Amino acid sequence: MMCSGRVDMSFIFRAFAKGNDGVFVGTCHLGDCHYVTHGNYDALNMVMLSKKILTHIGLNPERIKIEHVSAGEGLRFAEAMNEFSQTVRNLGLLGQSEGIDQDALKLKLQTVTELIPYIRVVQNERLKVRFETVEKYEEFYASKEFEKIFNELIGDKLTQGQIISLLREKPLAPGEMAANLGITSSEVSRQINSSAMQGLIKFEENQKRVALA
Amino acid sequence: MEKEIESIGGKLVSCTDSDLGDVMIVGGGISGIQGALDLATAGFKVYLVDKAPSIGGHMAQLDKTFPTNDCSMCIESPKFVECNRHPNIEIMTYTEVKDVEGEAGDFTVTLIKKPRYIDETICTGCTTCVEYCPVVYPDKFNQDISNNKAIHIYFAQAVPLVTYIDESCRYLKDKTCTVCQGVCKNGAINFNQVPEKVEVKVGTIILAPGFEPYDPKLREEYRYGEFENVVTSFDYERLLCSTGPYEGEILRATDKKHPHKIAWIQCVGSRQVIPGGNSYCSAVCCTYAQKHVILTKDHDADAECTIFHNDIRSYGKDFERFYQRTEKLPGVRFIRGYASIMKEDPVTKNVTLRYASNDEGVKEEEFDMVVLSVGLTPPADAQSLADKFGIELNGHGFCKTNPVNPMESTRPGVFISGAFQGPLDIPESVVTACGAGSQCGEMLNFRRGDLAKAREYPVERDVSQEEPRIGVFVCHCGANIGRIVNVPSAVDYALTLPNVVHSEDNLFICSTDAAKHITSSIIEKGLNRVVVAACTPRTHEPLFRDTLREAGINQYYFEFANIREHCSWVHSKEQESATQKAKDLIRMAVARVSHLEPLQEFDLPVNKAALVVGGGVAGMTSALSIAKQGHHVYLLEKEKELGGTARKLYYTLEGLDVQSYLNELIQKVYINPYVHVKTDTKVIDASGYIGNFVTKIDSRGIVSEIKHGATVIATGAEVYKPIEYLYGKDDRVLTHLELEEQIAKEDEKLLNSESLVMIQCVGCRNEDRNYCSRICCSESIKNALKLKEINPEMDIYILFRDIRTYGYKEDYYREAADKDVRFIRYEPEDLPEVEDGENDDGKSVLKVTVTDPILGEKLEIDADAVVLAAAVVPTEDSKDVAALFKVSLSPDGFYSEAHVKLRPVDFAADGVYLCGIAHYPKLLSETISQAYGAAGRVLTLLSNDTVVASGSVAGVDESICISCGACIAACAYGAISFHETPHGKKATVNSVLCKGDGLCNAKCPTGAISLKHYTFEQVYSQIDAATNEAL
Repeated sequence: MMCSGRVDMSFIFRAFAKGNDGVFVGTCHLGDCHYVTHGNYDALNMVMLSKKILTHIGLNPERIKIEHVSAGEGLRFAEAMNEFSQTVRNLGLLGQSEGIDQDALKLKLQTVTELIPYIRVVQNERLKVRFETVEKYEEFYASKEFEKIFNELIGDKLTQGQIISLLREKPLAPGEMAANLGITSSEVSRQINSSAMQGLIKFEENQKRVALA
Repeated sequence: MEKEIESIGGKLVSCTDSDLGDVMIVGGGISGIQGALDLATAGFKVYLVDKAPSIGGHMAQLDKTFPTNDCSMCIESPKFVECNRHPNIEIMTYTEVKDVEGEAGDFTVTLIKKPRYIDETICTGCTTCVEYCPVVYPDKFNQDISNNKAIHIYFAQAVPLVTYIDESCRYLKDKTCTVCQGVCKNGAINFNQVPEKVEVKVGTIILAPGFEPYDPKLREEYRYGEFENVVTSFDYERLLCSTGPYEGEILRATDKKHPHKIAWIQCVGSRQVIPGGNSYCSAVCCTYAQKHVILTKDHDADAECTIFHNDIRSYGKDFERFYQRTEKLPGVRFIRGYASIMKEDPVTKNVTLRYASNDEGVKEEEFDMVVLSVGLTPPADAQSLADKFGIELNGHGFCKTNPVNPMESTRPGVFISGAFQGPLDIPESVVTACGAGSQCGEMLNFRRGDLAKAREYPVERDVSQEEPRIGVFVCHCGANIGRIVNVPSAVDYALTLPNVVHSEDNLFICSTDAAKHITSSIIEKGLNRVVVAACTPRTHEPLFRDTLREAGINQYYFEFANIREHCSWVHSKEQESATQKAKDLIRMAVARVSHLEPLQEFDLPVNKAALVVGGGVAGMTSALSIAKQGHHVYLLEKEKELGGTARKLYYTLEGLDVQSYLNELIQKVYINPYVHVKTDTKVIDASGYIGNFVTKIDSRGIVSEIKHGATVIATGAEVYKPIEYLYGKDDRVLTHLELEEQIAKEDEKLLNSESLVMIQCVGCRNEDRNYCSRICCSESIKNALKLKEINPEMDIYILFRDIRTYGYKEDYYREAADKDVRFIRYEPEDLPEVEDGENDDGKSVLKVTVTDPILGEKLEIDADAVVLAAAVVPTEDSKDVAALFKVSLSPDGFYSEAHVKLRPVDFAADGVYLCGIAHYPKLLSETISQAYGAAGRVLTLLSNDTVVASGSVAGVDESICISCGACIAACAYGAISFHETPHGKKATVNSVLCKGDGLCNAKCPTGAISLKHYTFEQVYSQIDAATNEAL
């Protein structure tokens, strides 16, 4: 990449989908841009969001690491890489150590991948934030304000997307879905209602299960 | 060609007809190389002559370069290849100058090409002969630490990459061995070679013979050559280097063990007025010793490093931080004071030093190794060079140059660049090369382009419809990769990958010979894509892309797998996994190269005018030099008058009358019809790109636009307005510039002062400004000497932290001390204090209190005036100028050059150059060098009608563009806009403005816009290949 600003969310999730257990994004120091674009802030913003998405689908956000290292800091880069390798080694295999079976993992990552074009729009429209320091980004991504936007615009879509992907295979009962996705059954009911209202799914009441509309 | 044989001094020589060129550069180190490349690009035919068997000079011997610790050879060697490939550069190595006749504009230089006993046109550099040669002989390139053979290649990246036979050869001695002739399959060895005389006619000459490291054998007390574990800093460079005598292991000569406890002794052969010493400061040793310490700690984190030093002279850009970084490392001691070498332990061969420690008195301590930080001295043949070229030397034996034009020798038409001027570091050697180049251009402008040839490439073959046929070339990089990664197994593996039809290994794939081999392999094996698994694209990608062009293949069908920096260097202790990783990297590169597309670079027209922002000495000098080469120059100055900071200077250390120099310069600027001066003028907007800038200016209320091809930023700097030491509250407290003005105006009260105190480092070398202002020590000494000249009775005290009179300025420091100027060192934790008070006679004085470092007691000085050496600080508007011209600032607020070492007057933004104190504080002569340097760089651009732009730009697939505008918002260059189509407005990219960062690509929800060469498909293929071993 000529600039970390070209690092796309889809690269990260493609890497996870291909079985990588961790993804490292290296950028220039904030405020130190070789272009005039300061694309590393975009990379940071994208990585912070990707971590939230990872958390949302039940994977450990520590599996993505962003570090700001200059070309003159070979030692620091080596340290950062060694540290991250150790982190990933400690975390273990993707999905397995989070208690998600391979099929569910595949489904989750596929859902995210399909949603990325939409997530880009949300990020462009609602989450285009720019702060001076990493700490400020962390503060924002931990804030209520962010949580609200995320849950409404991305989180729900991710859960619904997973539900729909699950239902593509066969109709399921809400309890089965909750177990499959690793979320509470009340959360499942909430998403089912919302999806049903949008006409995406329907209740097969006689069999107490849900199917695609 | 039939060669005539004649006899010179009883020796047979063969003579060739005379050759014709524009410029001859004598000395092929980094300075000579830079000069050659600049001039050749600016339309001149250049002869680059070096007496060594290869170009490269001393920089080729260095391990890393301070303060970035870039690998020295890695940044220099691509320039070797560039010189070698340049159609306007004729490299002549192993060649010496015999004599020079004629005058500026028409010199005839007679050269003697020494016999290599090798036919350069036949030798392939295979080194089979080296293996068989029985004569083992100390290797000069490795400072005689390890051995080489009588026949050998000077160093692995040498240009030309051919062997030579030195005087240790048995055949040359007594004709007892010809084994090399027997094993050379090509019959390249020719013992009948005789020296060859060549005459070259040129218009101007640049002398860039460099320097000689100080020979510590000149003074017995250094025990060099006697105690084996006493080495010089140049020996140590080779020890550190992976191509060095022990392949990058620091070992002691005596027991081949790692030294654990190492001492550096500074100022060896420098700052000494003793027989065998040199009075000047060598200017580079403080910082290179710090580099050694950092690198030593990289090799062995537990190493104990001790530096015995005098003043620490961290006067260059980022040097102060580099010093702090070194000082903070664990196990590193800086001890101020002299250490003498006492004895060698007969058994362990450890060396004992005696020194005065701060707390324990005189002390003896044993070290495993002692490094002598030797200084720079004039080249050994300086006098004979001077005689041949008819130039004068200075008192130190370096070249005598014009103090206000350090590139000018005493003979018209002969220019000087690099360390032949005196001790200089690499960036200054590069700057003076560019500057000497510009002055050659001024003299030879009328014949520019007459002898120059354009580079010609074969017609590009369209292979886009063919199946990929990939060639994979895996490099050993000497031992750098080969020692860790199993290269042959990587080659075998590459052959199993899809579409790979050819793979092979090479000792140095970057060598000229190997590059030619890739070209011929492409043609012979019908390759249409190439992967090189070697080092970094940062330095070597242009070279390999060029290699593809040579073979008629689009240069974007090339992919680099970095198996050195990303693999062998970082996994040196895990050979097996490193080999596996190298294979993974190759697999990813192969996957990606299969998906690459041919891209077209395009020619942009170049507007032939230049804009210079800032009308100080830097801007004016630069503007004049450009104008003298036939280009219109717009010179902008925000003040009402030209002159800048120099308006406040009256004399220099060397005695120049600055005001009359300045007035003369201003006159020259106004007289020159090509320079268009606009004072009272501000830049309000800047747009465009290399070759085609448009700058909007406000000149006394009138707004207009200037179109120009190149931009020089020379906006100067300001002097810090102190808040310390009663400045502004008591009019007896002045800055050094104010003092200079009062001296020049012969202010009686000041000149009659009984006592005057100068305080150094006011406003810098602190937390707010973590840099050294470089010029203040020389400024204060200059003023002190002037005051002593006018009023020898005056008591002058200079309170300092380190006196940083680098280079020749050291002599003035000594002169000041000899004239009883008292120098008192203070520590930053214990600053001097200034108070209003009375002396014993009841006279109102400034009471200055400072701790005497030797006695440890407070000293009180009654001063009539206190002068503050106030820091040089960036101008207030430098941030605005940086934003307008899209150039970057360093953390200290000065402009950042493109590369600290090798592109010191270029900005990273193409077509924009910098000079003067806007870059960093510097003395007038240094500013002038840089100003000429920037002009030289501008000419490399303006001498050409077109400039090439990268093909890796964004493109839009309109059928899926949803007109959301996310890409337009993301583009800081304004390269994307909407245009109307039958299907509504769609995004479109102006390729000329696009810089290829790809931000738009990551923002586009539909993937309609994509960055060529980094498309989703191309990146995905690489990501997929990373894990898919069975691909």
